[in-house]
Amino acid sequence: MYIAKEIQTAAYLFASILFILSLSGLSSQESAKRGVLYGIVGMIVAIIATVMGKGVEGHVYIIAAIAIASVIGIMVARKVEMTAMPQLVAILHSFVGLAAVLVGFGSYLDPATQLLTGAEHTIHLVEVFAGIFIGAITFTGSIIAWGKLDGKVPSKPWSFKGLQLMNLILLVICIILGVLYNNAEGTSGMLYLGIMTAIASFIGVVLVMAIGGGDMPVVVSMLNSYSGWAASAAGFMLGNDLLIVTGALVGSSGAILSMHMCHAMNRSFFSVIFASGSGNGSGGEKKAIEGEVTALNHEEVANLLKEAKSVVIVPGYGMAVAKAQYPIYEMVENLRKDGKLVRFAIHPVAGRLPGHMNVLLAEANVPYDIVMEMDEINDDMPNTDVVMVIGANDVVNPSAQDDPASSIYGMPVIEAWKAEKVIIMKRSMSAGYSGEDNPLFYKPNSEMLYGDAKDSVNKILAFLKA
Amino acid sequence: MGMKVGIPSEIAANELRVAATPKTVLRLIKQGFDVSIQSGAGVKANFSDEAFKEAGASIVSSAAEIYSNSAIVLKVQGPTFDEVDMMKEGLVLLSYLWPAQNPELLQKLANKKVNAVAMDAIPRISRAQKMDVLSSMANIAGYRAVIEAANHYGKFLNGQITAAGKVDPAKVLVIGAGVAGLASIGAANSLGAIVRAFDTRKEVAEQIESMGAKFLTVEIDEDGATASGYSKEMSAAFIEAEMKLFLEQAKDVDIIITTAQIPGREAPKLILDYHVAAMKPGSVIVDLAASTGGNCVLTKNGQIYTTDNGVTIIGKLDQLPNQASQLYGNNLCHLLDDMGKSENFKIDMEDDVVSRAMVTYNGNINWPPKPLQVSPTAGGGAKKVVAPTAEEIKIAEAEKAKKTAVSTLISLGVVGALLLFVGAFAPPAFIQHFTVFVLAVFVGWQVISNVSHALHTPLMAVTNAISGIIIVGGLLQTKNDINNIMTILASIAILVASINIVGGFVVTHRMLKMFKK
Repeated sequence: MYIAKEIQTAAYLFASILFILSLSGLSSQESAKRGVLYGIVGMIVAIIATVMGKGVEGHVYIIAAIAIASVIGIMVARKVEMTAMPQLVAILHSFVGLAAVLVGFGSYLDPATQLLTGAEHTIHLVEVFAGIFIGAITFTGSIIAWGKLDGKVPSKPWSFKGLQLMNLILLVICIILGVLYNNAEGTSGMLYLGIMTAIASFIGVVLVMAIGGGDMPVVVSMLNSYSGWAASAAGFMLGNDLLIVTGALVGSSGAILSMHMCHAMNRSFFSVIFASGSGNGSGGEKKAIEGEVTALNHEEVANLLKEAKSVVIVPGYGMAVAKAQYPIYEMVENLRKDGKLVRFAIHPVAGRLPGHMNVLLAEANVPYDIVMEMDEINDDMPNTDVVMVIGANDVVNPSAQDDPASSIYGMPVIEAWKAEKVIIMKRSMSAGYSGEDNPLFYKPNSEMLYGDAKDSVNKILAFLKA
Repeated sequence: MGMKVGIPSEIAANELRVAATPKTVLRLIKQGFDVSIQSGAGVKANFSDEAFKEAGASIVSSAAEIYSNSAIVLKVQGPTFDEVDMMKEGLVLLSYLWPAQNPELLQKLANKKVNAVAMDAIPRISRAQKMDVLSSMANIAGYRAVIEAANHYGKFLNGQITAAGKVDPAKVLVIGAGVAGLASIGAANSLGAIVRAFDTRKEVAEQIESMGAKFLTVEIDEDGATASGYSKEMSAAFIEAEMKLFLEQAKDVDIIITTAQIPGREAPKLILDYHVAAMKPGSVIVDLAASTGGNCVLTKNGQIYTTDNGVTIIGKLDQLPNQASQLYGNNLCHLLDDMGKSENFKIDMEDDVVSRAMVTYNGNINWPPKPLQVSPTAGGGAKKVVAPTAEEIKIAEAEKAKKTAVSTLISLGVVGALLLFVGAFAPPAFIQHFTVFVLAVFVGWQVISNVSHALHTPLMAVTNAISGIIIVGGLLQTKNDINNIMTILASIAILVASINIVGGFVVTHRMLKMFKK
């Protein structure tokens, strides 16, 4: 039993509309849940319409594969910690890349496509080639991104002088391989295709290796975009409009997100992607840091908080690592009960994923009307009594404003140092993800509080309640 | 050693404020300045010499010492001629000056080669908001106006239904929705009164409503907005309609707060004698423009009195000197911050803010300054003090539209040529797919453009799940023969893509469940 081509097309159109509604639903809190529902329905419609279509074989294998995958998918998604979100998203991207590569090879081997002639054949070959190329880069790039986010691969940018030149040469080799493959008879171009896949995989590794941990949010959203383009390319080679549309939607939305991120970091999109890496530092002597680092104990911090009228909390990746969001929320509630103005200041690139902090705070029930964006709160900093920086570093680094030699110079930052008192909760004096030293720690109005963020907050809380 | 900043006592008897507080002294010291303050300067605002000393200022006994030793002097009221005599050449003075009303004072300051910054002449642009003393002081006045009115009004402001009977809420009319007006609206609203507000500028309607008042307007279509952010004077027909509106309101409301001022001129007369006569006994009028002649004809500057028909007219307001000094001091700190703090202190006449507020510089009078666009809706390029005429705006807009049209035409032409090229060589099926592709890219772009930061992670997880659509590729390629290489490839593709789809949706759902208001 199968459905007519026209009905299938109509179902595809319906699915495309649902996907668009899904994405637009995600642009506000109120409609977000509905957006996810649209996405799920769209996906089910798309799969059923495809499977019911004429010429689809091997239903047993299809059902088996989907069933196994659903179990794995649900298990993984249920189990994952919110702090490990970035890793999950990255590894899921790699799956799309892998699938795109496999579909590309399948399409090349498909006897039906061998029958094409002339321009149509050439175009199909090019589509296959491009699809596999993008897919392979997405695949290996996402794996490296996952490794970096999970701490399995060092987060420091790994780069050398001739990197761009090497990538360029590899790209040229790929194009030559493409021409050879294009001229090969039947499926004898397989060898060239294989070599190209290997090279593309290598490029994926090198591209992401060269990007520093601080730029990870951009990389993740960029890979998201790539996975979309890979799906789109698969659509071209299979002549399937649904794939083209959906891939393009994902591709362009990922690209927009990456650009938002870059804008928030004052980096150009190309300098992030092509990993010139070191940012806008104009070289030259770095400013010497003056002053001394002074530390407080938990009781002293609790006393400062008791006296403060207005408190701003700047969370960063350290909070995520320590899973400190729950005790922090408890502390915030405690302070708010005493009539203090307590707010969160979120830098657009805090954490390892765009919006990372918002997700964690939401998990801990923090109402989103006290969670402010950087621009909303910076002007209030001079009137703030205590700023608590919890596991954040680069996003409060004053070098971004006053030290042209710094690699993060020009990036907008949360002006924590303008507050009366700054408390920095940190495990040690090590530098942030960008590798930059932070003069904030040396300012006369800033105090360190060493230790694990969660333990520290719990201890402060105990003193506050006492 | 940092630059020396000095703060003398205010001489005027009715001036309770002081140009620095212990908190702002701390900030000045943080900026690298050495601060000295005249003994007793803060007493009227409840700041003791000890508090200043503790903050790090040195206490000096006489004003003469301040003027002779300081590089920068902070004051509230403009200096008297005697005070100017004590100043040395090159001194930087930050205070109110009202340059339009005080040409002789400017001349005297210029002769002395004092570089004077009129804090009241800070342009009202976004960047300078943190130094805008008019705003910060107006905010206080607006709040205080409501408190003062409530004090003289013999009833509750909020409505209540009690065992002893029902109380109607007071009705408050606020005229002029500048900073003071908006602050009044907010304060009156939070006390529970019914608030209405009138302004000749249509653009402020939204602000009025956001503060919780009803926006009143007249039928005549005329906008009072000017390029300077203040309102202009209106036509006779408009004023007539306005007067009629005020008469209706005067019969109805219990409290009128007027805040209409035009810079450098006498305040417009808005509440006339017959308006006051129409008001109920026990009503209150607070006139925030009393010092520039008053918006009400019966206002007596510096006095509170009750008319024969029982309407209390308030022409003086307490300054809340402690609060006001704090805010004024903060404004000064921000300006000094902007001018480079102690280390890099510099008078930058290229700077929009400094060049406008610096009314005397190196012996020259720099007043009036060039006008600057601040009002969000007024269009056209202002070359004169008056707003551009409608015709000028039209011409400017037409020119702009022409330019945009030309560049759009060119880019469309380029895109068209490229598409023509593709069309000439590609097979029809490809063109069809390509069309779909390009449109989808545009849709994706439009849909995502205004997503909020907080939702980036869920959005990414959802697009990730959706990109699992690649599964369709695998579905189309499976064969019945498991030994076929295509079936194996396709099955693996389906497997990984499905993990992606299911995992992506489940995790997004989990995340969104956590977002709450």
